[in-house]
Amino acid sequence: MTIIQILIVAAAALFWGLVMRERGRSYFLLIASVIVIFWLQPSLPLRGFDFWIPTATLIVAVFSWYISASEESRREKKNWGTISILAGMILFINLTRFLPFDSIITRSRPPQTVFLLMVLALSGLLFFFITRLKHFNPALLSIGIIGLIAVFLALKVPALAYWVSYGIRSLTNQSLHEAASTDLRWLGFSYIAFRIIHTLRDHQMGRLPVVDLAEYVTYIIFFPAFTAGPIDRIERFIKDLRKPSTLGNDELLIAGQRFMMGLFKKFVVADALALIALNDTNALQIRSTGWMWILLYAYAFQIYFDFSGYTDIAIGMSRLLGIQLPENFSAPYQKPNLTQFWNNWHITLTQWFRAYFFNPVTRWLRSWKKTLPAPVMIALTQIATMLLIGFWHGVTWNFALWGLWHGVGLFIHNRWSDMTKVRAAAWATTPSRKNLLNVSGIIITFNFVALGWIFFALSSTSTSMQVFLKLFGLR
Amino acid sequence: MKTLNIIVKGLSLFIIINLLFAILQPEIGRLSAYNIIFPGRERLPFGENSAKAYNLSLFDLDAMFASHRINGGQKQADEFRVILIGDSSVWGTLLKPEETLAGQLNSANISACGKNVTVYNLGYPTISLTKDLLLLSHAIKYQPDMIIWLTTLEALPLEKQIASPLVANNQESLLRLANSSGLKVDPNDPAFSRDSFWGSTIIGKQRALADVIRLQFYGVLWAATGIDQIYPSDFTKAQTNFEVDRKFHQFEPPVLDENSLAINALETGMDLAGDTPIIIVNEPILISDGKNSDIRYNFFYPRWAYDQYRALMVEQSKNNNWDYVDLWDAVPANEFTNSAIHLTPRGETQLAGKITPVITTVCK
Repeated sequence: MTIIQILIVAAAALFWGLVMRERGRSYFLLIASVIVIFWLQPSLPLRGFDFWIPTATLIVAVFSWYISASEESRREKKNWGTISILAGMILFINLTRFLPFDSIITRSRPPQTVFLLMVLALSGLLFFFITRLKHFNPALLSIGIIGLIAVFLALKVPALAYWVSYGIRSLTNQSLHEAASTDLRWLGFSYIAFRIIHTLRDHQMGRLPVVDLAEYVTYIIFFPAFTAGPIDRIERFIKDLRKPSTLGNDELLIAGQRFMMGLFKKFVVADALALIALNDTNALQIRSTGWMWILLYAYAFQIYFDFSGYTDIAIGMSRLLGIQLPENFSAPYQKPNLTQFWNNWHITLTQWFRAYFFNPVTRWLRSWKKTLPAPVMIALTQIATMLLIGFWHGVTWNFALWGLWHGVGLFIHNRWSDMTKVRAAAWATTPSRKNLLNVSGIIITFNFVALGWIFFALSSTSTSMQVFLKLFGLR
Repeated sequence: MKTLNIIVKGLSLFIIINLLFAILQPEIGRLSAYNIIFPGRERLPFGENSAKAYNLSLFDLDAMFASHRINGGQKQADEFRVILIGDSSVWGTLLKPEETLAGQLNSANISACGKNVTVYNLGYPTISLTKDLLLLSHAIKYQPDMIIWLTTLEALPLEKQIASPLVANNQESLLRLANSSGLKVDPNDPAFSRDSFWGSTIIGKQRALADVIRLQFYGVLWAATGIDQIYPSDFTKAQTNFEVDRKFHQFEPPVLDENSLAINALETGMDLAGDTPIIIVNEPILISDGKNSDIRYNFFYPRWAYDQYRALMVEQSKNNNWDYVDLWDAVPANEFTNSAIHLTPRGETQLAGKITPVITTVCK
């Protein structure tokens, strides 16, 4: 998001919070979120896809609600009102194609209305059919989750993304030799997928609260958190949504401070550090070990200020609207070990993986007849979780290595802590010794994390290795 | 009320700071991390793709000079300080700092007047004598013992003088220079970019201030890599075949009108240098033997105009007692890169070979 886009969206939120207050808040959030997802979607080389992708986001969100809502909820008439609003908004955005100037919401001219009407009619029929179903096959939920993962892979695995683009181009008579793996940039898909999988799994576990369609779609595409999180939980989100919004002076002050802090972190600190941070271009140009460390540290702080800045912006903006999003960062670089680092870095993502992957897999391994030794089980679950988090960023060797780096690091910390905690406690009897232990832990953890960022910052494994060698004076 | 209070206080402070900034006009550009935290740059900052060149074009002359190694400290007693001014051929487009004319002269370890010669590259891309003069007026503060001013006919047409963005964005400095010398400048030239009062506030100058800050950040990458421009592995060679075109700017054959050339800028440069010797060098150009090369030497020059310019420079030098060296054909055509004035490293070595005696014999 550019600073202009953020300021416009924040101004809309502030206007609603101050002027409209409680009146029609849920509809405002729904309509504003729909407009924002169309507005923020970047232009794509595939003709019309900057319109079709947000449309697909909405259809997927509605479909997910239909397969996860209770039978009574599905039959409630007010949901057809929500569907009408969503369809009306999509149609309205599509009709901007007839304006005499460039589209003001989508990046390019929206596609022909007749195609959209066909897509909306087919989706409506599907939803109607699901509503009429008396016996709802729970396997649909698993199919939904698998479908989301499949789309995720199609977007993130370069070879698959290329073939998807190639296929779309063949179907739509667009140049085939221009097909590229970067053609399909589905804005916010990862976060949408996390939220939807969370609701589908919670429904399977019988934990999903009753929410209507408007609440559900608003949760999935809530505009302040659409592009960069945090990944809220639906039960917490709807509690705030249903609560009357009271934007008093104190709340406005807190929201404003948080928002301004986010802008400063992202557009002053992070963007300045980005000028000098390690990247594919400068990695092989740096002449000395000392400068290589400085550029690596610049990257470590840039990624922190960038991401936590966006989080602050999202939290500040949503507070104006009466929604208190969860925290995503809590001084992660000041933590004395890797486990604590991960408890404080991208907190909502870590919690998501803990809830929907790490814990279930651990339980499953424990349920085996021949139980694995504890260290093996810890190694397996931690490495697998971190590999998945790596792949979430992109299915490449470097992200795999980044995940492996952290998975192995977490395992080593777990074993080390197990072996030494008694001795460490016996030694650290004075405040100065405790401090020494803490500070050395922080330094070691920060440097371990910073070294891991090499795989994250660079796109090639060989360049990453060259950087490692340079950092230790071996090249 | 508390929120309103904070907003009012914040806005008031913001307005006051902006107004103070506009009134006091602090010279922010003089504050520089170069020569303190990072080594000074070998040439003035210039770059069109900052992210890859680790360099950028800005118009704040103070910041530009503050980032240069010439600003690195007091001149030593045994230093014979030579500054080179000129266009992109002096700055060194496509050349590493050590491959430029200044770099090659420095690596030759020459001495003059019993002192060690240190050459500073103060060339700057864009061809205009007035731009050179603007830089010279700043450079003179660094106590040069000798100034070598490389120029070419393209720098002389009056229409080119203020077209350089560096000149257009430094109206005040140029008018100050014009007032204290005989330089002819039209203060109402529409090419000048003028600052209104609001344009002098922090908001009005946000771009210029951001550039100064970015220049400091790029100091990290300059220090870490030694890179200050993009070195493409491939580039389009300078044109050697031409259409039948006899025009040079607005000049038509047969006469190159002296009154439409900025000879006055050269005179002003001489005055500005005072007792410091200035050597004017007619820089090498590509002499093509391609299609219609009987009409044009190269992309810039039809033969008739360039020949008259050379004769004019000889005449002016004699009349005004200028030290003038004509090196127009000192480098063969195959030692030019992407322009009729940009040299290869070997071309620069050849040029340095011709310029070295000019420096070493200055005291004789």
